[in-house]
Amino acid sequence: MAAGVATWLPFARAAAVGWLPLAKKTMPKPPVDKKSRSDEILIVNVSGLRFQTWKNTLDRYPDTLLGSSEKEFFYNEDTQEYFFDRDPEMFRHILNFYRTGKLHYPRQECIQAFDEELAFYGIVPDIIGDCCMEEYRDRKKENQERLAEDTEAEMATDVPLPPNSTPRERLWRAFENPHTSTMALVFYYVTGFFIAVSVIANVVETVPCRPPKGSVKDLPCGEKYSVAFFCMDTACVLIFTFEYLMRLFAAPSRCKFMRSVMSVIDVVAIMPYYIGLVMPENEDVSGAFVTLRVFRVFRIFKFSRHSQGLRILGYTLKSCASELGFLLFSLTMAIIIFATVMFYAEKGTKGTNFTSIPASFWYTIVTMTTLGYGDMVPNTIAGKIFGSICSLSGVLVIALPVPVIVSNFSRIYHQNQRADKMRAQQVRGRGASSALALFTHLSLICKCGFFSPQDHDSDSAALCLKNRSSFEHQHHHLLHCLEKTTNHEFTDELTYSEMCMTESVGYRTSRSTSLSSQQVVSSSCCPRRAKRRAIRLANSTVSVSRGSVQELDTLQVLKSSAVPQSRSSLNARTEDLKLNCEQRDYTAAIISIPTPPANTPDESLPPSPAVPGILRNSRSISSFTHETVKISSL
Amino acid sequence: MQSDGQRVDALPDGAPSGPQEGKWQKPRISRKSLMKCCLVKWIISNTAPQGPADSSDGELELSMVRHQPEGLEELQAQTQFTRKELQSLYRGFKNECPSGLVDEETFKTIYSQFFPQGDATTYAHFLFNAFDVDRNGSIRFEDFVIGLSVLLRGSVTEKLRWAFNLYDINKDGYITKEEMLAIMKSIYDMMGRYTSPSVKEDAPFEHVEKFFQKMDRNRDGVVTIEEFIETCQKDESIMSSMQLFENVI
Repeated sequence: MAAGVATWLPFARAAAVGWLPLAKKTMPKPPVDKKSRSDEILIVNVSGLRFQTWKNTLDRYPDTLLGSSEKEFFYNEDTQEYFFDRDPEMFRHILNFYRTGKLHYPRQECIQAFDEELAFYGIVPDIIGDCCMEEYRDRKKENQERLAEDTEAEMATDVPLPPNSTPRERLWRAFENPHTSTMALVFYYVTGFFIAVSVIANVVETVPCRPPKGSVKDLPCGEKYSVAFFCMDTACVLIFTFEYLMRLFAAPSRCKFMRSVMSVIDVVAIMPYYIGLVMPENEDVSGAFVTLRVFRVFRIFKFSRHSQGLRILGYTLKSCASELGFLLFSLTMAIIIFATVMFYAEKGTKGTNFTSIPASFWYTIVTMTTLGYGDMVPNTIAGKIFGSICSLSGVLVIALPVPVIVSNFSRIYHQNQRADKMRAQQVRGRGASSALALFTHLSLICKCGFFSPQDHDSDSAALCLKNRSSFEHQHHHLLHCLEKTTNHEFTDELTYSEMCMTESVGYRTSRSTSLSSQQVVSSSCCPRRAKRRAIRLANSTVSVSRGSVQELDTLQVLKSSAVPQSRSSLNARTEDLKLNCEQRDYTAAIISIPTPPANTPDESLPPSPAVPGILRNSRSISSFTHETVKISSL
Repeated sequence: MQSDGQRVDALPDGAPSGPQEGKWQKPRISRKSLMKCCLVKWIISNTAPQGPADSSDGELELSMVRHQPEGLEELQAQTQFTRKELQSLYRGFKNECPSGLVDEETFKTIYSQFFPQGDATTYAHFLFNAFDVDRNGSIRFEDFVIGLSVLLRGSVTEKLRWAFNLYDINKDGYITKEEMLAIMKSIYDMMGRYTSPSVKEDAPFEHVEKFFQKMDRNRDGVVTIEEFIETCQKDESIMSSMQLFENVI
């Protein structure tokens, strides 16, 4: 349901006749309608495609280009039509917004083009209907990410250093972008070579070499040529240490550098050597020492500085953390279940391998991943049945999260490919694009700044008389009439809470009234009231009566979603503008107790005599006790 | 395939039909018991063609029912609007409510949009009843336009009569204090919380008292239509304000 606020306003104003006999004060004069009220068909020519619509349709949204007098700038006297030199395909959607009140995002259009059109016609993208909002947001985010990446890539590479950079900055840049200078490139390759050498040495160390003369047993090469390997290890570690210290020195933010993954890998790669140097040749600790040598294999991760693919893989795994976590969790669950089942199924068999449930874990894992080593096999029929179920379910559980991870990897990989391509092209066309971007930004700001006076509170006093559309005038008049009927005036939350504070003072100085926005915060004053009345929203969508549930049903209004609210606020910016630009004087304070929630009798039931009972209670309430009134159901 | 599960079938296996008291019977899968199964009922209801009596959901009914208004000539005869005005009104109405009907919830939502600070639902409820003359739960275009015609183009007496109808909640011809109080409270609710001066608990009550003092001539506790019209006609401010909203359309 598209609630066109403008369409219903005349009706609401007509219904105000119902207040007239009750009014405490005389009603204000209605606003004079300068324009003629008869509706006419307008022709809007957008790049040759002629659209025709009623004038009233366009007037529904008076703070857009087409709804305000701004369109007069585009009026062509000769052809008696409004001419816009814009995309006609997009205009279709814009015009549909006026007609139906819902803005739809066309999926086949570029998001930036759409945004530009919206900005031109003065339509805020927030009012896109729920049906298209998700798609719009996704596309917008994607686009922004892409733009951010591009700017980042632009900044990161090939930018010439500022002339007065310290050696430290130069060093850091050399480390981060090796292809900027020859020295950096040489260093890059040297370190890569030594990483490879170190890793190969670790591997070859353990290969059995021919035993030396006089011995029968095969010796690992590491022990045969221990001196050689030790020298090689020392050289590599020296190089890595030197590199690490250089990076540490050059890093702009040392703490951040030390916390980064790559530096942790570096440290882990060289630590075992130093610990080995420091530790004595002791039998007791040699076991621990051997374990430490395992960490030398982490040197292979140093290759990730050299290989982008490795970095992408690491990034993918990080971004798929939730899927991986889910995979792990479900696997664990399944393993435990099946291991338990298999253990109890095979318990009776003599000489079985399934000695305990943890022992069955191994069987379950091997079966679920369809490895099937065969070192543990079930013998009973029940065991075989459950074993087959286990292997079938293993395939399923593992196959499920894998596509997600794969798609993530492919997306990130392609993005990186794009970044590389962009870098290649950027060298040529960088200057032009940035200038263009600047220009469009400026023009957008100009448009937004000039044509949305509602955002500038300081200017509102000056502009409030000029910029209000007839719709707003009429809406104000309606609210004015309500004020006069009840002899109270609308204020905003701030002034109200101030009033609460100064209740005891009893005197008010001049205060201007304004209709505040619809934000609700339970005010700090009248806290007990506020708590109980927390349900009462300023744009009250639900009125809660203490009475029966049946009344609750009749009074329940569909929660006005964000869309109609924002749309009506697009039109009725009355809430932001001051009600009238003159000041009001109050000389008397009235001690306040807010009204209790409304209580509606049913259509068919006559109002019961219980209602006067309520009022007897309320009259005895003093100013500060703020007791809530028990309202019995009607 | 019969969907009536209550019919007693001649079951092929001769099982006793209907539940037996006392002794628990082992459930037998018979056609009758199948029909009672809610799953089967759901399947049948989904596959059978939807008739107008099937849908119990009021909203569904409303959207399926479409209302076409009477012709322009009849409406012109019944109201004081010109042809062009009726056309313009209908275009706006149809745009908002393509089905041709406004139900109460929609009406309340629409009306509440004009009073963001307060709670307009109660008053909207009364207003809805005032417009919905045949009390069928929805306002058609004719109701809408006839009501508007009275409000905007009617004579002062007609407007007063309309207002009286609005206040008289149970449409019995008398406005009691309770009815007036309900109306008054709903009006004060529209003001909302943040008013200056703040609305007191008994403000509606006081207002009602004043109203009754003014209107209730014979002090019988109710206001009749004659009292109402007579008193209003004597009140200058009310009479002068009646012309206020004539230029709304």
